[in-house]
Amino acid sequence: MKISMFHLMPHRELPDDFEERYHSVWVDPPFHELATPERVGDYYNWTLDELMHAANLGFDGICVNEHHQNAYGFMPGPNVMGGALARATRGQDVALVQMGATLPTTNPPIRIAEEYAMLDCISGGRLVAGMPLGTAMDANMGYGITPIEQRERYYEAHDLILKAWQSREPFPFNGKYTQLPMVNLWPRPVQQPHPPVWVPGMGSLSTWEFAAEQGHCYCFLSYFGHARGKAVMDSFWEFMDSKEKELNPYRAGFLQLVAVSETDAQAEKDYEKHIKYFFEKCLHIAPEFTPPGHQDYRSLENNLRRMLSQQMSEQQRLSDWSFKDYVDNQYVISGGPESVRDQIEELIKSLRVGNLMLLLQIGSMPHELAMKNIELMATEVLPHIRHHWTDEWENKWWPESLRGRRQMNAEAEVAAVAGGS
Amino acid sequence: MPAVSERETKVWQGKVQSRALVAGDGPPLVFFHGAMGLTWDPFLDALAESFTVYAPEHPGTTPGLPDAIKPIDNLWDLVLSYYEVFDELGLESPAVVGHSFGGMVAAEVAATNPSRVSRLALIDPVGLWRDDTPVKNWMATAPQDLGPLLFADPTGPAAQMMATPPPDPETGIQMALRTTWSLACTGKFVWPIPDKGLKKRLHRITAPTLILWGEQDGLVPPVYAGDFENAIPDARVELIAGAGHVPQVERLEQTATAVKGFLSG
Repeated sequence: MKISMFHLMPHRELPDDFEERYHSVWVDPPFHELATPERVGDYYNWTLDELMHAANLGFDGICVNEHHQNAYGFMPGPNVMGGALARATRGQDVALVQMGATLPTTNPPIRIAEEYAMLDCISGGRLVAGMPLGTAMDANMGYGITPIEQRERYYEAHDLILKAWQSREPFPFNGKYTQLPMVNLWPRPVQQPHPPVWVPGMGSLSTWEFAAEQGHCYCFLSYFGHARGKAVMDSFWEFMDSKEKELNPYRAGFLQLVAVSETDAQAEKDYEKHIKYFFEKCLHIAPEFTPPGHQDYRSLENNLRRMLSQQMSEQQRLSDWSFKDYVDNQYVISGGPESVRDQIEELIKSLRVGNLMLLLQIGSMPHELAMKNIELMATEVLPHIRHHWTDEWENKWWPESLRGRRQMNAEAEVAAVAGGS
Repeated sequence: MPAVSERETKVWQGKVQSRALVAGDGPPLVFFHGAMGLTWDPFLDALAESFTVYAPEHPGTTPGLPDAIKPIDNLWDLVLSYYEVFDELGLESPAVVGHSFGGMVAAEVAATNPSRVSRLALIDPVGLWRDDTPVKNWMATAPQDLGPLLFADPTGPAAQMMATPPPDPETGIQMALRTTWSLACTGKFVWPIPDKGLKKRLHRITAPTLILWGEQDGLVPPVYAGDFENAIPDARVELIAGAGHVPQVERLEQTATAVKGFLSG
């Protein structure tokens, strides 16, 4: 297994009645009513400290991502965070999983090829190059990208970036969206022919086809847990099988919310309000901010049918959910170390995923509690689950220099970190 | 009521297949529909009493042909492809009527090659922009907020008809799919701000032009009527009382009479 900590960098102190008082957490929440730059500075620094804590305690990777104009998670420049983390983790056995810089919103897209190459150089070849399509709220509303062109822009930007990394000679690029007279990238990435590419998605067939064709790792990013994710991942593996792709678990990634405490009862006390905050406030997104065209025709038809059948009713129910509902429905894996271990093992096996991303700072979770969650996860859970898949499969989607068995177990690392500070 | 027939058109090196609904008798009239797709409605019936009405569907909005939008990259392609549609339909210089997004298309077609349009009627067109009165972003407006923007009377029969879902779920899915995809395809030429330079081209229009505007249009407020009038050499404005953005639905008779009277003049 490769197990990374994922951070969204959310607003942690939205008012209790946020979802009643404000239209949407994304696109139009008023900054000056809800935040101050000084406090936001604390959030960014806590985020970096939390990710560093995960790196120091033996997580395999640390993930940041890109979103705009929101209180849900606001790292508009993931490579700014990545730069700080690359430097601070120098020489450590931890990957920088940039999940990542959004292709259609970065113009010209060679900016991503350059910045990722910088991160790969600074980190000594520890970059995982996430290539997200971007949400409608970010790309269409925040950055003005024409919805029906977003996917086409993505494919073109992807081809340009991959070529810019690999071409030995300067080349002109005559794209529909980007034209460049001479592409000659400085610097080039340490990893050859290029850093591993991860493609985040929400379960659409178009993205699976793309990932299969390109040989990239597909990451299913869902907040609705592994029970709901199972149907999607089963179809994913069937699809990969039909394309005669090796069913290597490392071909897939999955995001899961996890909150560990000393006991099951303590977990409920510690985390209930932060979990509710996440689902009720951070996901309070006005649906009209996904304009027509963001989904391709096929996905649109599928989603209209799905919406009619179930999803609407479930979303409406969420506001009444308690800790127990979130855990029973497996949206969140939470409890004492033993329950968490069992549930994550079940997830790993049932979804057949080799790359797991754990969201460990959830919603309003304050810094100290996030640090505790990270620490318990690293010391009480990680050592028990990281052996999965290791002997049978090679993680071709991980920086080559970090693919070997880890030098130290988590406990030894905790001791080393404690001794060193 | 005249019988409506379908004409397939295939233009742009055969890559863009589309459909035009055709009905009526008399001199040719082209109707360009708005962003939500083409519906053959009583307004088109009324025009068909005096004209042969050709109502082409914008690329990609014809049911069953969603990919027809792909080969049309931009507004320039769209305008040129419409001259090819005119050629296929055998129309040299028809009268042209356009509503909303279709009004912008009609104005672009009339400005780019003025000889292809004999007379022009624009009904609540988009295409211009004022910072002091922005056009509302119809692609990012919640359905429940759209009624008051589109209709003078959001509780009236026209608005109610739009808000009532069909009883059969499959029909509902097909309708939602069609409307959403029409918005997506037409959005290709206007997102994120429906100002693509028409203001620099309107002076080229030679066709006598009628600008019709619903007095209570909340989507594209009537202040824009004057901007169109000032920019088009031979133009006059007629405001329709008791109508919003879709006067041909809310005030059918008055709108049809005004358009027919002008085009026959």
